[in-house]
Amino acid sequence: MPTEVEPTEAEQPESDEIVQLDTPWITLVWNDPVNLMSYVSYVFRSYFGYPKSKADKLMLQVHHEGRAVVSTGTREEMERDVEAMHGYGLWATLQKADA
Amino acid sequence: MKRFRGRRRGGAHAEFEQAEARLIANLAAQVAELVAGDTSAVDQDDPLAGMVDIDGSGQPPDDPVLRRLLPDAYRDDEEGASDFRRFTERGLREVKSHNAHVMIESLIAGGMAEPVAADAESDAPAQPIVEVDLDADAVQAWLRALTDIRLALATRLGIEQDDEQRWATLPDDDPEAYVHDIYDWLGYVQETLVHAID
Repeated sequence: MPTEVEPTEAEQPESDEIVQLDTPWITLVWNDPVNLMSYVSYVFRSYFGYPKSKADKLMLQVHHEGRAVVSTGTREEMERDVEAMHGYGLWATLQKADA
Repeated sequence: MKRFRGRRRGGAHAEFEQAEARLIANLAAQVAELVAGDTSAVDQDDPLAGMVDIDGSGQPPDDPVLRRLLPDAYRDDEEGASDFRRFTERGLREVKSHNAHVMIESLIAGGMAEPVAADAESDAPAQPIVEVDLDADAVQAWLRALTDIRLALATRLGIEQDDEQRWATLPDDDPEAYVHDIYDWLGYVQETLVHAID
């Protein structure tokens, strides 16, 4: 049994484990009676870079189901997205994906 | 109003009557004032407060319009919502105020007559049409400012999903019917702007 382990070898599995255990966070956009459907779709395209088909699908999901998951990632990333959505005047929240 | 159209070099262009331009500018000024206000909780002498966007208590605003313009970022996590507010609310307020001012400036640049003092002598008549010419940045400010104004009006009016019938049946001289007409018209203005750049 070796007396020393290369630090890089010891650290590698640990970081993989963290990635796997990390629960993703989601950004939700909620329906409101004010924002125009064309504008909401435009925001999804211009901010997230989604193609028109995906942006329209998410917009219609917000409209008909009351909400839609518009992005997934780390908590910090989702806070940035929510802040951006509030800047556009959309009603957005973030939460853990399994909440 | 002549609807927004895209410019060949980017941005958008529209024409407004003087009264329409003044109406938009007036509403934009009200939104700017609303979001700029309520800074009493900020310690102006604390250099750290500005650096980390600490805006006071992290409590949601009392005014329902401000609560809609600056909503909670977490639904079931008061501490998370409060922390988010401390770090983002001041910046969001500044951006929203800036957007409203960009809107007013482009109306003035387009020939909107400034309010005239009562004792002013024989002013040159204002040009009848305000020509609004927006570059790409100003388009973004207008899209967001129109949204904020419409959110503010809708909150004050109590607008809900699919309530068109309620507004259609109000008598014409009802003040709320008048405000609702403005709300609808601003929706049209915004719709033409989205289509002009899309």
